[in-house]
Amino acid sequence: MKLQNKDLLGLATIKTEEIELILDTAARMKEILSRPIKKVPALRGRTVVNVFYEPSTRTRVSFELAAKYLSADCINISASASSVVKGESLKDTARTIEALGADAVVLRHPLAGAPQLLAGTIAAPVVNAGDGAHEHPTQALLDLFTVKEKKGSLKGIKLTIIGDILHSRVARSNIWGFLKMGATVSVCGPATLIPKDVERMGVSVHHRMEEALKEADVVMMLRIQLERQKAALFPSLREYSRLYCLTPERLSLAKPDALVMHPGPVNRGVEISAGAAEHQRAVINEQVTNGVAVRMAILYLLSGGEG
Amino acid sequence: MNENVLRQKARILDAEGIRRALVRIAHEIVERNKGTDNLALIGIQRRGVPLAGRLSRYIQEIEGSSVPVGILDITLYRDDLTVLSHQPLLRKTDVPFPVENKKIVLVDDVIFTGRTVRAALDAIIDLGRPKLIQLAVLIDRGHRELPIRADYVGKNVPTARREVVAVRLQETDGEERVVILE
Repeated sequence: MKLQNKDLLGLATIKTEEIELILDTAARMKEILSRPIKKVPALRGRTVVNVFYEPSTRTRVSFELAAKYLSADCINISASASSVVKGESLKDTARTIEALGADAVVLRHPLAGAPQLLAGTIAAPVVNAGDGAHEHPTQALLDLFTVKEKKGSLKGIKLTIIGDILHSRVARSNIWGFLKMGATVSVCGPATLIPKDVERMGVSVHHRMEEALKEADVVMMLRIQLERQKAALFPSLREYSRLYCLTPERLSLAKPDALVMHPGPVNRGVEISAGAAEHQRAVINEQVTNGVAVRMAILYLLSGGEG
Repeated sequence: MNENVLRQKARILDAEGIRRALVRIAHEIVERNKGTDNLALIGIQRRGVPLAGRLSRYIQEIEGSSVPVGILDITLYRDDLTVLSHQPLLRKTDVPFPVENKKIVLVDDVIFTGRTVRAALDAIIDLGRPKLIQLAVLIDRGHRELPIRADYVGKNVPTARREVVAVRLQETDGEERVVILE
């Protein structure tokens, strides 16, 4: 078993067995994170280049640590501090990076499809670290890994994703990923933040949070992405929070062992209260740790030799 | 190499032969290390793992004291990762004791080129600094490419390079024998 493509662009087209391979490999990588010396020589002499056209702390640091724990060299390029501000196009930047000798490129970009364009331009593997409101596959894979680790299996798991579904690449990748692994998925939010025809993806839709939480095994809260909202899609943050903020009281409507997840960064008091974010069933910090193991797995699996 | 297209040339050990070889190695380990103080076994994935478990049981029967057993996957330490067309599957590593200052006996089924053992030595040293590392193998088939030798050998088997030594164990293969395929 191996990954079918040279790139990881999204979970919409990936096969179930490929997801399983990534999750199994990540479980092995996680053992390395528990060692006093967190380093293995697998990617010695390879160079991973992180290209971030959008601000990011956790995803970029997570990829950087993943590369370094595998002994790869890692270079970070952010759009604000590079030739992008001089007007260089994505393709030209990509060719430059390739000419510099990158063995893998991790790309975050505000436009959906940018990683696909890059993947078609260069020979090195491209990993999508978030493209517009399209996909964020490594986030979904780390969410799948976290749920599988906690619940033993993904089959039959009831996931509810609550918040700004419309602007969320995390929601899209998770919907594809969880459905492929045999879970059932519902989404919940005000009608203005639910994409039209989202049911066609195979999910059920709720507008009342209390209904969405019923019988849920996993409650995934999404950040209100004020930076992506051009129009006023709800009257006020205060009203949003009154209707859609996860509190310990609301959490009690879900199954007694339900997990609380959040891809971060958390807007405390908006989509999740401090009490729920620090609840004993919250796995928000474990998601971050697991993210490093999952990204190590992806960099390893995509870095096959020429032979 | 696909073992299915090869024919069996010779049977080297049967179940009883494997048992006797391992019991002798268990005695030798205890004798060389003057008991089981500070001793630990680490099996290399895959067939070194059940062999390490068996050696631990035999040592327990001989000495009455238990020896901890760890599992080591050396895939990430291989020296051919840059030339393989796709990455090999990772298996579990689980060394549930500190290796610091321990006498470690590495266990594998067959020693051939020595490259697996080289990788295993690096992998163990990344976990800490053992007092010493010894090597126990069921079969030594020769053709070393590195200056590495085993401290305990079940059976020395002269082979041609293109032949395959197949160790079949109950735990991994549902049968118990060692054969040469060509």
